[in-house]
Amino acid sequence: MKQLLTLTVNGETHEVWTSVHKTLLEVLREDLRLTGTKHGCELGECGACSVLVDGESALSCLMLPVEVQGREITTVEGLAENGTPHPLQTAFAELEASQCGYCTPAMLVTAKALLDENPNPDRATIREALAGNLCRCTGYAKIVDAVQQAAAQLHPEAETAHA
Amino acid sequence: MPEANEFRTVGTFRPKIDAHSKVQGEAVYADDVFLPRMLYAKLLRSPHPHARIVKIDPSAALQRPGVVDVITGKDVPIPYGILPVSQDEEALCVDKVRMVGDPVAAVAAIDEETAEAALEDIVVEYELLPSIMSIEEGLAQEDVQIHEYADHGNIHKQVALEFGEVESGFAEADHVREDIFYYEGNTHMPMEQHAAVAQCGADGRVTLWSSTQTPHYVHRALAKVLELPASRIRVIATPVGGGFGGKTDPFNHEVAVCKLAMRTGRPVKLTLTREEVFYCHRGRHPVLMWVKTGMKRDGSITAMHFRSHLDGGAYGSYGVASTYYTGALQTITYPIANYKFEGMRVFTNKPPCGPKRGHGTPQPRFALEVQLDKFAEDLGLDPVELRLKHLMPPNTKAINHLTVTTIGLKECIEKVVVSSDFQERRKSLPPGKGLGLACGAYLTGAGLPIYWNKMPHSGVQLKVDRGGGVTVFCGSTDIGQGSNSILSTIVAEEFGIAPEHVIVVTADTDLTPVDLGSYSSRVTLMTGNAAIAAARPLREQILAAAAEVLQKAPDELTIFNGEVVAHNGSGDPVPFSEAVQWAEAKFGTLGSVGSYKPPRRGGRFKGAGVGPSPNYSYSACVAEVTCDPETGLYSVDKLWLGHDVGRAINPTQVLGQVEGSAYMGLGEVMMEEQVFRRGLHKAPSLLDYKSPTFLETPEMEVFLIETNDPEGPYGAKEAGQGPLLPIMPAVANALYNAVGVRVDEVPVAPEKVFRGLQALSAGKDGRVGPSKVPDVQFPEPIQVEPPDDLPYPN
Repeated sequence: MKQLLTLTVNGETHEVWTSVHKTLLEVLREDLRLTGTKHGCELGECGACSVLVDGESALSCLMLPVEVQGREITTVEGLAENGTPHPLQTAFAELEASQCGYCTPAMLVTAKALLDENPNPDRATIREALAGNLCRCTGYAKIVDAVQQAAAQLHPEAETAHA
Repeated sequence: MPEANEFRTVGTFRPKIDAHSKVQGEAVYADDVFLPRMLYAKLLRSPHPHARIVKIDPSAALQRPGVVDVITGKDVPIPYGILPVSQDEEALCVDKVRMVGDPVAAVAAIDEETAEAALEDIVVEYELLPSIMSIEEGLAQEDVQIHEYADHGNIHKQVALEFGEVESGFAEADHVREDIFYYEGNTHMPMEQHAAVAQCGADGRVTLWSSTQTPHYVHRALAKVLELPASRIRVIATPVGGGFGGKTDPFNHEVAVCKLAMRTGRPVKLTLTREEVFYCHRGRHPVLMWVKTGMKRDGSITAMHFRSHLDGGAYGSYGVASTYYTGALQTITYPIANYKFEGMRVFTNKPPCGPKRGHGTPQPRFALEVQLDKFAEDLGLDPVELRLKHLMPPNTKAINHLTVTTIGLKECIEKVVVSSDFQERRKSLPPGKGLGLACGAYLTGAGLPIYWNKMPHSGVQLKVDRGGGVTVFCGSTDIGQGSNSILSTIVAEEFGIAPEHVIVVTADTDLTPVDLGSYSSRVTLMTGNAAIAAARPLREQILAAAAEVLQKAPDELTIFNGEVVAHNGSGDPVPFSEAVQWAEAKFGTLGSVGSYKPPRRGGRFKGAGVGPSPNYSYSACVAEVTCDPETGLYSVDKLWLGHDVGRAINPTQVLGQVEGSAYMGLGEVMMEEQVFRRGLHKAPSLLDYKSPTFLETPEMEVFLIETNDPEGPYGAKEAGQGPLLPIMPAVANALYNAVGVRVDEVPVAPEKVFRGLQALSAGKDGRVGPSKVPDVQFPEPIQVEPPDDLPYPN
């Protein structure tokens, strides 16, 4: 069964005529062609499909678009502002926090949700917040470094948290 | 370390050239490819581990609305396989299935859901065959043969080599140990599920976009199976979302999408589910090992006899090479005066094993480094001194004829021992805490290609634009390790221009000269040397033209920061782009090619092709653990890791490779297991297949050692695999230091530590591990004379 859905993604409103049982992940990737959001299992186990829904990290592979009509969805494509990358994106690129890059979009949005809530997390807090996102390349340490660097850039006045 | 100003780009910390496209979600992976009129394919897979296909009837599936085509084994019957000696796979099984998950039919439909539903319409009649689930069963049931081409029964391959005379070596030893170790299988688990998209144009040419590490080998396999000239096929490797060796074979789904695209005239996409990725496998072989070693009181090794038994799974894959690799690199860290290796690989009805990061060498390295720790205890030797006093000297040959050029292992050991305060703390840590040391070595690229030929292993082509941009064409494949960035760094270094003026085009069989692929840690060394070979004559042309215009001798000029300048500073700098235009006016269109072939090394015996490499990387690790003496639960609290990388061309990338390798080793030693029950994977999901998260992965302190190796570009060695090797034995040795339990098995799972603790508290031996190996008659070993210039007595 198909239905007309209205989704707000990265500040733009989209009307999508699509099957109601498709997941938000599938609609983002296949209908809206926002392929920045990835999939690693489609069972809610790896975190690779994370997006923000009203600023909170959510697994798009376990979500139906009808649930999120009228809510603000943010994907990796929506992190940059006016062509300027988010400090997290810059830090991930500079510090090799992204190797194959496949887990990166989800890691970025999840880290953004953390920094929006806690501008100055220590390393243990960052590890805890990102523990639902698997990465097979980096060994994680560089991701923690990058989140700390971005936090420092976003809130230079805050004291650096110690691990 | 490099002298100041020796290089301008090489050695500087730089982000990768594709880092920004990846963090902005722009990179197009295989499953991100959407083409007009594209169909979606699914594979029907066998539910049985071993069965004959009696009948297969796809007619009902073809009747389902939305289904466009169905193919079965008879449509793609030609066998293929990565090694010429193991052409034992069919894209869709013709007569027999050999594992759960073997594909028997492929459906193309208007969407994935329809394709999946149509699989249930296909009627397959199977005649079940007895199945073989272990090495022991494979040896016992010779009459149930999985492959007829096996050496004997289900023994795929059996090898035996002897260098010197181990028996006389044992006779000279003061102490001889026999130990048995087991290393469970585990898998790559790339975050990206394999995906492929094929298109067949109106001109009949087939294009495949695939998440592959080896587009050249896929190209060859497709030409064979599709019965098309290679010139009618184009293979493009998309950015790979994690490889680790798991995407180095040509795969059945790649063949299936090509065939379906040819038949339907429409693009076809197939993306594996996570469960299918677990069955695709080609990962770490389960290996049972028996090691007998003789040592003198001073710690020198007089003889080693190493036996390995590999559970290969249902197909050959890289298995013949894997078998040899379990015996190849033991010799290049500490001199072994006499060495005998016997190895065998057995076919079983499980997904095929193949190359995973470290390919065949982490298993024997685990055995060797743990056994060294036992020797140190037996002989009252210090584990650090035991290793430091008996290192291979540089520029020498090992007993099995492998050439060691530079070796930075001493520096690696010293760094990790000092920084962890190993010697003091190992004796003074409270109960439950422990430190362990281990080392490793790995090759920088296999010395021989997969198929025998005398051509280069890597080719690079350069084109220079009138605006000063230099385009690099190379068949190499960036799988996240950053090989494109290394090419850009090297070409920028050679031309004296900024890396942003270097354009990199790779992994496209229509456009790029052959590079064999991203495996065996070969890419930086081989493409790097090819890129240097291509760049230098072109640079000379540009400087020759500039010299003519500027009325100077070419050797008075250089290129620095994008400008042609005189060494002595005289005259005005000329922009690189202007010099390029002078050169094009003088010589015509500017371009060049360069190629690289490893030096011909190694012995002249059968099996000598596995092990030789232009140079070897070395690593040492100290691990610190905390173990609960009641439950056996433990954490790895910190790793200190030294890696001899020869030269860090981009230290940012090298640190990433080293830390990533260490993490993957940690997963292997702590928890990862690819195990089966009656042919069914016990944990085919990312929840059940346990791998380390942010919470289990400790902070690491990494030390890069630069030995400036003569074979590598600017002295470089590999960094992407070697640092994994010492992790497993370092953790096992640390646990022994912490609680006195020896787990001679990987993974060193907490329940095994618990069993050891229970045994200890009952006053028994705290060792946990296998107690016997199969009684196998190995063939008479090929006797190989040691090299003439052996640097130690044998």
